[in-house]
Amino acid sequence: MNLWMWLLLACLLGYGWKLLGYLVPASLLRNPRMSRIAGTMTIGLLASLTIVNAVASGQALALDARIGALAAAGIALWLRAPFLVVVLAGAGAAAGLRLLGWS
Amino acid sequence: MKLLQSPAVRVGLSISIATGLYGVSFGALGVTSGLDFWQTMALSLLLFSGGSQFAFIGVVAGGGSGVAAMGAATLLGMRNGIYGMQLNALLQPRGWRKYAAAHVTIDESTATSTGQTDPDEQKRGFWTAGIGIFVLWNIFTAVGALAGSALGDPKQWGLDGAAVAAFLGLLWPRLKGREPVAIAVVCALATVLAVPFVPAGVPILIAAFVAAAIGWFSHGRSDEGLEPDVDPYAEHHQHPRQDPHSEEAGR
Repeated sequence: MNLWMWLLLACLLGYGWKLLGYLVPASLLRNPRMSRIAGTMTIGLLASLTIVNAVASGQALALDARIGALAAAGIALWLRAPFLVVVLAGAGAAAGLRLLGWS
Repeated sequence: MKLLQSPAVRVGLSISIATGLYGVSFGALGVTSGLDFWQTMALSLLLFSGGSQFAFIGVVAGGGSGVAAMGAATLLGMRNGIYGMQLNALLQPRGWRKYAAAHVTIDESTATSTGQTDPDEQKRGFWTAGIGIFVLWNIFTAVGALAGSALGDPKQWGLDGAAVAAFLGLLWPRLKGREPVAIAVVCALATVLAVPFVPAGVPILIAAFVAAAIGWFSHGRSDEGLEPDVDPYAEHHQHPRQDPHSEEAGR
């Protein structure tokens, strides 16, 4: 139940951001700095989520099959593969390395 | 059909298919991160913003708390407010349309709309992409969630690797130039350094504040990082991005 509560709050706040742009007078929001922070934060968060999912196990750092997934996804993106192919490359690399015995 | 002759509608439809399809990966990763089917669906129906949705399940999958998941998702949603402001000026929706437009204001619908120059085309592009992606994204989330729950051990299928790849795939289109790459590297480093010392999920929030500080103190493009995950105009090379501030800033 607790997770539901945070999940619904996230949905509410997410919609709140979107609606804010439509309701607040543009003169108040037309601030290049806000727009820039929204952008740098997007980059920072996605970079952080990538690395956390690749090397963190709770509070420990681990080098396991997920590193292979990161490399495979990087190569797929470099070759301009579409998003779904990139995701499948990541899954395939992790699954394949586990089959070879690397956890 | 007359509507299908509109370039914005055609771009909107193809971006809807491309983006909607990868709802499959969100659905599958949602149920394997620890959410149930309806929690995964609620994110696609109500939060409806790919980056924020993946952030929420990414934090939960890593053992982070609900608060941290909400924090990461909410911070990633800030850019949609900027898009809302741009689109409000461009489309000027009235009454209930404003509230509907807000819900489908995401990277791809914004990019489809601002890539057009004619006001009617901007409107058509926005609504086609917004509604099209919403419908397909939710259908494919359900497909992915059902398939994901039938998979058994997610690690055996490399689904944790799929999550890593999905985040890199979301980040990649925003890494144009040296500055965004530097921001990404600094934030990834801050994350790795923080992992052993704070509870799971918190390193991501620390990285967000590092990124916000960089944005506050440095002066670069004001639309840095505001690129869609799937560029609707990719085949037309680089389209000039709409920058609502360029006139005021006198650039």
